[in-house]
Amino acid sequence: MAQVPVAEGLFTWPSEEPRLIGGRCSDCGIVTFPFQGSCPRCASVEMSEHFLARRGRLWAWTSQSFPPPAPPYTGVGGKEFVPFGVGFVELGDVKVEARLTTADPAVLHPGLEMELDVVPFGTDADGNEVVTFAFRPLEEGNR
Amino acid sequence: MSTDVAIVGVGLHPFGRFPGVSGIEMGAAAIRLALADAGVAWTDIGFAFGGSYEIDNPDAVVALMGLTGIPFTDVYNGCATAASALTQAANTIRLGEHRLGIAVGMDKHLPGAFSADPTSYACPAWYGAVGQFITTKFFGMKINKYMTDHGITEQTLARVVTKNLRNGALNPNAFRRNPMSEEQVLGSPMLNHPLTQYMFCSPDEGAAAVVLCPAEDAHRYTSTPVYLRATTVRTRRLGAFEVHSPWLPMEETVGPTVDASRAAYEIAGIGPDDVDVVQLQDTDAGAEIIHLAENGFCADGDQERLYADGELEIGGRLPVNTDGGLIANGEPIGASGLRQVHEIVHQLRGQAGDRQVEGARVGYTQLYGAPGTAGVSILSL
Repeated sequence: MAQVPVAEGLFTWPSEEPRLIGGRCSDCGIVTFPFQGSCPRCASVEMSEHFLARRGRLWAWTSQSFPPPAPPYTGVGGKEFVPFGVGFVELGDVKVEARLTTADPAVLHPGLEMELDVVPFGTDADGNEVVTFAFRPLEEGNR
Repeated sequence: MSTDVAIVGVGLHPFGRFPGVSGIEMGAAAIRLALADAGVAWTDIGFAFGGSYEIDNPDAVVALMGLTGIPFTDVYNGCATAASALTQAANTIRLGEHRLGIAVGMDKHLPGAFSADPTSYACPAWYGAVGQFITTKFFGMKINKYMTDHGITEQTLARVVTKNLRNGALNPNAFRRNPMSEEQVLGSPMLNHPLTQYMFCSPDEGAAAVVLCPAEDAHRYTSTPVYLRATTVRTRRLGAFEVHSPWLPMEETVGPTVDASRAAYEIAGIGPDDVDVVQLQDTDAGAEIIHLAENGFCADGDQERLYADGELEIGGRLPVNTDGGLIANGEPIGASGLRQVHEIVHQLRGQAGDRQVEGARVGYTQLYGAPGTAGVSILSL
């Protein structure tokens, strides 16, 4: 089964070490994710692509324990749904909200070191496996 | 010097689920009750603001009330819709253009978590596709972090719900009127850690309306006018931890509730210590806990003790959500904030029956919702 990213320009793919693609304001230096063409701090329109760090620390988290309403959700739902974690990860110059590879309260806590991964979450109309970015606790090991 | 504004009539269609009754019909019922409360006729009303999420044109209620040709403006501003309708209505009185107006809110939602197109919230489409465009998940993250930072326990989350359902049981207009134990709340299915199913309010149906006039006219309509001392609406600033945020900057700032609250206290010349009865946005149990601090009623972390000691109960030092809040009433978005005003007006008039807070003279209401919008009102005798 072919793998396709959920959106173009979101992360480098295919890649052994994928990176999230953010934006950086040439005038005030703020970093956004994903890339956007205007600055939310100083209203400049001089934004350039900026690759984000692969590792960071968990800032806030919760579980998504029920299937999100579809649409807009396009992933696996119904009886096949597997709960996932969601959290903000501090990457040095920006906090990114992402899926987490675990939703286990015994594992997740603020400050936990996390690393970027790319994971499948659904299938598109052509039968391709759709992948998105997620963060994995480093303690879980790098499989 | 701006004109003071008085509320001289309030009306409310019960909140819940009403098959076969349209949102517009509920809005008309709330308007009729508010008019009767003020002792005025529809033909006396000079202007109106109507708020709704599901109903495109709340102004269509004129078909049921009377086609008098008044300016009737529809507003939608997320969960702060009713605060926006009230603010605009009050400002219209202050402009001096009209001497009697109405703010009405109505809604009729399907059960279950709200769903929308992320691109209409300036979020990318993939954000919804992967399952992150969900308000409940934000509320889970926000309170989970708050509990870690400020030592709040899951038992306190449960105490928010049991308090509001106890209050709802005393309110004949409430959606949920059956008290529940802390064990039942904590034992219900986990939706977004640490928030369980019964810790969330439900989108439902209902309507509420408020009649306003210049303060100098108030005694023509009522012996107990309630003065709208301040009403403010604010949106999020960069660095606030807000719903529907695919990212946040490293810099942090306070949320729009804090901004709306501080502005309202300043306009009213009233502080949190002067407030006798409070209605807060309790979309979930965690929201009420956070909003207590964001509106200046306690320091971060004090909530643990306030709930345990019963200080927020009717009869306690600072009763919060005396009509059961969103947890007992559900949330018809367009009407929710006017329900809060309806309750405060009854409390200040001494008409709240079994829910009466003795000697209440100053009341406070707060709304908060996507994508980071807050509304605050301060009312007094």
